Amino acid sequence: MSTTEQQQAALRRARIGESGTRHDATPKVTGEFAYSSDLSAAGMLWGVTVRSPHAHARIVSLDIAEALAMAGVHAVLTHADVPGQKTYGLEFADQPVLAVERVRYYGEPVALVAAEEPEQARRAAAAVHVAYELLEPVVDMGRATEQPPLHPDRPTMAHGYREDERPNVVRHLVIRHGDPDAEGDVTVSGVYELGIQDQAFLGPESGLAVPDGEGGVDIYVATQWLHVDRDQVAPCLGLPPEQVRIHLGGVGGAFGGREDLSMQIHGALLALHTKRPVKIVYNREESFFGHVHRHPARIWCEHRATRAGELVNVRMRILLDGGAYASSSTAVTSNAACFAVGPYKVANALIESTCVYTNNPPCGAMRGFGAVQTCFAAEAQMDKLAVELGIDPVELRLLNALGHGDTLPTGQVIEGVLPTAEVIRRAAALPVPEPEQLPREAIRLPGGAGNTTRGEGVRRGVGFAVGFKNICYSEGFDDFTAARVLLRADGSAEIHCASAEVGQGVTDVILQIARTELGTDNVVLAPPGTAAVGSAGSASASRMTWMAAGAVRDACRAALEERQRTGGDVDVERIYRHPRTTPLDPETGQITGERSHVSFAVAAMRVVAEVDVDLGLTRIVWIGTAQDVGKAINPLAVEGQIEGGTAQGLGLALMEEIRTRDGLITNASFTDYLIPTALDMPP
Amino acid sequence: MKIRLTVNGKPREADVWAGESLLTTLRDTLELPGSKNACEQGECGSCSVLLDGDLVCACLVLAAQADGHEVTTVEGLRSDDGLHRVQQAFVEAGAVQCGFCTPGLVVATAALLERVPSPSEDVIREELSGNLCRCTGYAKIFDAVRLAASRP
Repeated sequence: MSTTEQQQAALRRARIGESGTRHDATPKVTGEFAYSSDLSAAGMLWGVTVRSPHAHARIVSLDIAEALAMAGVHAVLTHADVPGQKTYGLEFADQPVLAVERVRYYGEPVALVAAEEPEQARRAAAAVHVAYELLEPVVDMGRATEQPPLHPDRPTMAHGYREDERPNVVRHLVIRHGDPDAEGDVTVSGVYELGIQDQAFLGPESGLAVPDGEGGVDIYVATQWLHVDRDQVAPCLGLPPEQVRIHLGGVGGAFGGREDLSMQIHGALLALHTKRPVKIVYNREESFFGHVHRHPARIWCEHRATRAGELVNVRMRILLDGGAYASSSTAVTSNAACFAVGPYKVANALIESTCVYTNNPPCGAMRGFGAVQTCFAAEAQMDKLAVELGIDPVELRLLNALGHGDTLPTGQVIEGVLPTAEVIRRAAALPVPEPEQLPREAIRLPGGAGNTTRGEGVRRGVGFAVGFKNICYSEGFDDFTAARVLLRADGSAEIHCASAEVGQGVTDVILQIARTELGTDNVVLAPPGTAAVGSAGSASASRMTWMAAGAVRDACRAALEERQRTGGDVDVERIYRHPRTTPLDPETGQITGERSHVSFAVAAMRVVAEVDVDLGLTRIVWIGTAQDVGKAINPLAVEGQIEGGTAQGLGLALMEEIRTRDGLITNASFTDYLIPTALDMPP
Repeated sequence: MKIRLTVNGKPREADVWAGESLLTTLRDTLELPGSKNACEQGECGSCSVLLDGDLVCACLVLAAQADGHEVTTVEGLRSDDGLHRVQQAFVEAGAVQCGFCTPGLVVATAALLERVPSPSEDVIREELSGNLCRCTGYAKIFDAVRLAASRP
């Protein structure tokens, strides 16, 4: 090792609360880190997916003969080749592995090809002839409940949610709190719309499926939840779960977009059929079809308050477009409703949240999970209310700030710390930079290098908003994480935890916890997989640090006790659960136990923007934020999460939107779907 | 067709087809997967390499165009003395999260500091605006560039 590498190794061994460098930073800066798209195996074939060019159509015929006869082609598979269950889904098995008779969204998988070379596979995919009879697509979420059902068997009904007889309802939740007709002195109302946001992780979907020669398969894939991948894959392959082993491939970002399956079943089908390893790598265009997106929303709001500014009644109707399949839409529907008001006290509320099936791109988890859409609407309402009342918008928020002991519209009392007022005060107190003088360099003006203005027509403004979201799974979902510790007599330890490292740094969290608990630096984390340890749950819902830390702590403590007793090598596995949550009442939206959520996070943000009022171009000058992060296990990594999340929020606010025409995505590329660059972020 | 080129200081040969990108050759034939494929349209910079010292997107260069030329990839920045100062700065500043953009950004930053040893804030932002990062919001990447620039 060179001197710098030795220094770095020392830096790596951080304990709880220290900003260590990432365990994987060195292989990532040198190019040695193996992402799921970098994997290969001897005798490997390349898989390609044939996708629907229509948003809604009946499959009249499917002819694979020409493709199958092409050079280098080893397999062409359709739904008839799926040996087990024909559908899968994160919560409801409503999505076909390969389309059966009907396609419900643009880009839906219809057939699979495996060939020696990627180009051969692509050409063969183009030679799969599918005849479609076009059906009228359901594309307007506002009209979906009046159109013929896309899923006549109603897969999301009879799971304890409110019964809703209208066609195409995924979930309909109503929260009635206090007197929903209570009047205030003043009322402000508005309708707010958000488009579809893409996670746009940089590493497209990819993975390698390797048959084990005994009928089973190993899948190396970039995912957020290894065990639930396995539990969806195995039934479709007609295999018992132990014959499907999922291993974490290097993950190039996730942000919710890897909770649902992409190539997992497809790769395994091709590998088991051809008895050869099969690699599938999506390109950027395909990635836009390869994962679910953030739900577009239409939100109607009415806020009623006293003359002094106290919220009296908040009434909101939230409509979410779930697209063609359910994914995690039922939970997103609930989160949107639960956090609709924001972190504010209100004695009366009527919140109605509805998610519908359409033939638009399927939507599901993306960072913020429903709470982002309603935050935009509710915070805009708070600004409107401040104007109406002549009260400073920050003061209005402070006046209504929710905290310990207060009640949510679901009836849940905030048990722990919720420093809403504190984060508002801290964000408001951050010093804002002085206005810059003119003339300036073009890149310091709205429009940037486009050189669209010399500063005339540019106005400066300040925005302030507060975000509010749950931590961990909610509504009675059994939330647990397993961790296993092998503690050897020589003091060294090996940790197993199937938590997905997606870039957020959970591996370092686990190592920091284990080093601290075991009092040694001699700790390694085994590669995450389904075979050696129980489920970790998903790297999502803002839960992985909390849950993995709990499980690893418990397992380390148990291992130390066990070693005390036996003296030799010990191997213990422990499961960690947080305090139990229960579902909401399907009719009233009120809690049925003590809580539907176990914990909350709150964040306040202040933004200085310049707008060219003639051209509508915006430049973000400065962003300041104060957030409740709990105990920062690794402060540098926490900052990185806040800065990265802020950039995705800036993208949603200013530039990001998947555009569709009759259900067809029209901007499936980084040329047409813009995400923030280094020039878009303030210094 | 056969091409001969110098990659990371070593003479290499590859058998490529006419439409093949330099990125595909590097990743799939020359076994240098450090350069990443994230858009194949020259929008994201994840495949940034140096071609005769100039920063290019390897996805936009035909492999055949590199015949007889010198290519430096992220794998070629590290020396026997250890990490390149830009690599070291990315590690220390917390500029790496998922890391898929990192190889491209490291190459682009090394190229920038070669031309402009002490870049201003505006220059850093403009020069790196061809490299997309979805995880970090760029703040720690700017820190890493400044840290690398401050060292010999």
